[in-house]
Amino acid sequence: MAKKQDKDLMESGAKVRLGTSDKIIRGFGYVFITFYALCCIIPFIIIISTSFTSESVIRAQGVQIIPKEFTLTAYQMVTKSGGIWKSYILTILMTVIGTAVGLSIIAMTGYALQRKDFSFRNQISFFIYFTSLFQAGLAPYYLLMTQYYHLKDNYLAVLLPLLMSPWLIILMKNFVKAIPHEITESGKIDGAGDMKIFTALILPMLKPALATIGLFLALGYWNEWYQSSLFLSSRVEVKPLQFTLYEIVNKTEALKNSVAGQFISLADIPQESVKMANAVLATGPIVLLYPFVQKYFVSGITVGAVKG
Amino acid sequence: MGKAKAKEIKVKSNLTFFQKVKRHKTLLLMCTPAVLFFLAFSYAPMPGIWVAFVKYNYRDGIFGSKFIGLDNFKFLVTSGKLFDLTRNTILYNLAFILLGNFLAVFVAILLNEMRCRWFKKVSQTIIFLPYFISQVLVGILVFNLLNYDTGFVNGILTSLGFERWQPYASASAWPVLMVVIYLWQQTGYNSVVYFAAIMGIDSETIEAAKVDGANGFQKIRYIILPSLKPTIVILLLFALGGIVKGNFGLFYNIVGTNPMLYSTTDIIETYVYRATMTDFNFSTASAVGLYQSVIGFVIVMTVNWVVKKIEPDYSLF
Repeated sequence: MAKKQDKDLMESGAKVRLGTSDKIIRGFGYVFITFYALCCIIPFIIIISTSFTSESVIRAQGVQIIPKEFTLTAYQMVTKSGGIWKSYILTILMTVIGTAVGLSIIAMTGYALQRKDFSFRNQISFFIYFTSLFQAGLAPYYLLMTQYYHLKDNYLAVLLPLLMSPWLIILMKNFVKAIPHEITESGKIDGAGDMKIFTALILPMLKPALATIGLFLALGYWNEWYQSSLFLSSRVEVKPLQFTLYEIVNKTEALKNSVAGQFISLADIPQESVKMANAVLATGPIVLLYPFVQKYFVSGITVGAVKG
Repeated sequence: MGKAKAKEIKVKSNLTFFQKVKRHKTLLLMCTPAVLFFLAFSYAPMPGIWVAFVKYNYRDGIFGSKFIGLDNFKFLVTSGKLFDLTRNTILYNLAFILLGNFLAVFVAILLNEMRCRWFKKVSQTIIFLPYFISQVLVGILVFNLLNYDTGFVNGILTSLGFERWQPYASASAWPVLMVVIYLWQQTGYNSVVYFAAIMGIDSETIEAAKVDGANGFQKIRYIILPSLKPTIVILLLFALGGIVKGNFGLFYNIVGTNPMLYSTTDIIETYVYRATMTDFNFSTASAVGLYQSVIGFVIVMTVNWVVKKIEPDYSLF
C-alpha cells in the first residue's frame, strides 16, 4: 500500500504551489459542508416548528421554518388521551428487554464462534451466515408467524424477530477477534470453565462492543414499525411509538383517498400540527440522546463495514 | 505455528462427533439460543416457499392447496410485472450505490480538510443525524416538504410567484426525489467508513508529500484517493451484491399505497408487501419473493467470487 502511494507521488512530479489550492479546497469545503448540514437539519426544524403552529395558520400559509404564532395546542391534543404515554412505556419496555436479551445472546455466540479450538465454529457460523444469503421471503414468513406460531396481535411477534441479525453477530465476532487468544488460554490454565472465562475475563473487555451493538439493537427497537405493521392489528390497543405515528399518517391518507372522503369533515382528519407533535414526541428522545452515543455507532460502522 | 496447527487438526480428527460435543458442550450451549433463533425465524419459513407453486386458499393451507406448477411465475412474466419491478429495483439501487459512495467519499475528504475542530464535530453530528430516525419519520419529513396544500417547497414557490408543484400526483418526479432522499439519509453513515479510512492513512506519507511540494489537489488526487481505492472497490462490490434487494422502508413510507406513483416507484419489496398484506395473495407474493431470493443469491455468490480473486482477505467465505 504505502509503496504504491510513494510511486504515485513520484509520478505526479509535484509542482509546487503551496497554499492557494489548500485555501480553495478548504473554502469550498466550509461552504459545501455548511450547505449540506443545513439540508440535513432544516427538515427537522420544520417539523418542530409545525408542531408549535396552529392549524389555521398552517392551512393558510403552509409550514414555516419559524412558527408565526407559537401555540401548544397540538401537544395538548396529543397528550390529552394519555395513549401516547402507554406507547412510550411499551416502546421503552420492548427496547430494554429486547436489547438486554439480544445482546446477551449475541455476545455469547460471538465469543464461542471466535474460539479457534471450537470444533463446530465453521458449521454454526455458516448456518447463521446463510440466512443473510437466502431468505424465504415475506409471504411464507407471514404465514408461519400467523398460522403456525399464532403470533398475530402478540407483542412477541415484534420483540423476537429483532433480537439479532447475522450482521450483528459478525460484528461481535470482529470485536472479539481483537482480544488475544492468550486470555482464554490463561483462564483454562487456571481451571476456569468456558462460561466462567466468558463472563469473568472476556465480557469486561467487550464493553465497547457491548455499547456499540447494544445501541444498534436499541435503535432498531425504538424505530420499529415494520413487524408491527405486519402483526399488530386494530385489536391491539397500545402500539409502539413509531407504529402509532405510521398509523396516523396512513389514517390521513386513507381518509383523503376514500370515496366517502367528501362526507368526512376536516375535523376527522388528523391535523398536520398534531401529526408533527406526535413525530416530535416519538423521535425526540433518540435525537437528544444521539450526540452522546454517536461515537459508538462510528466504531461499529468501521469495525463491521466490510464484512457486513 | 504451522506444526502446532497440524497437530491440533490431527487431534481433532481423532475425536468422534460425540466426543467433540462433550468436549465443547458449554460453547455449544452458548450458541444454542442463536441457532434456535435462526432456525425458528429464518429456516422454518423456507418450506413455506412451496406456496409459490400452488393456488393458495385458507381452508387447505400451504401444503393442501392445489399444485399449479409455475403458473404463478408465468403470470408475472407475461404481464411484464416482474420485469418492471426488477428494472425499478435495480436502477434505484445502482443510483443509490454509485451516487451514494461518490458523495460519501466527497464529504469524507472535505471533512478531513477542515481545520476548525468544533465545525468538524458539529457538522459531522448533523450529517449523521438523518440515519437515526425511523423510516416513518422520513416519510413525514418528505410529505411536510413536498405536499400540495401546506408543503414547505410550495410555500416558497407561491411566495416567489410560481405555480404549485404536485409531486404526489406525478410519477415522473420520483426517481430524482428518491435518490436525493436516500442520499440525505445515508450519506452521513456511508462517509464514516471513508473518513475512518482517511484517518488511517500514514500521516508521514502526507507530510512527505507536502515537503516534496504537493499542493492540496495533488494530495487528494495522488495520496488520499489511491489509498481509499481498495475500500471503495470492496464496498461497491458488496453493495452490488444486494442490488435486487430494495429499500422497503424508504419507498413504502414515502409512496405508501398511492397508485399514481407506482409506475416509477414500485420495487420488488413494495409489491410483495401489498400482495401479502393488502391482497392476501400469498402465492403471487411468494413467487416474486422466491425469484428475488434466487437472483440475489446468485449475485452475492458471484460478487464473493470476484472479491476473492482481487482481495482474498475481504471475501465473505
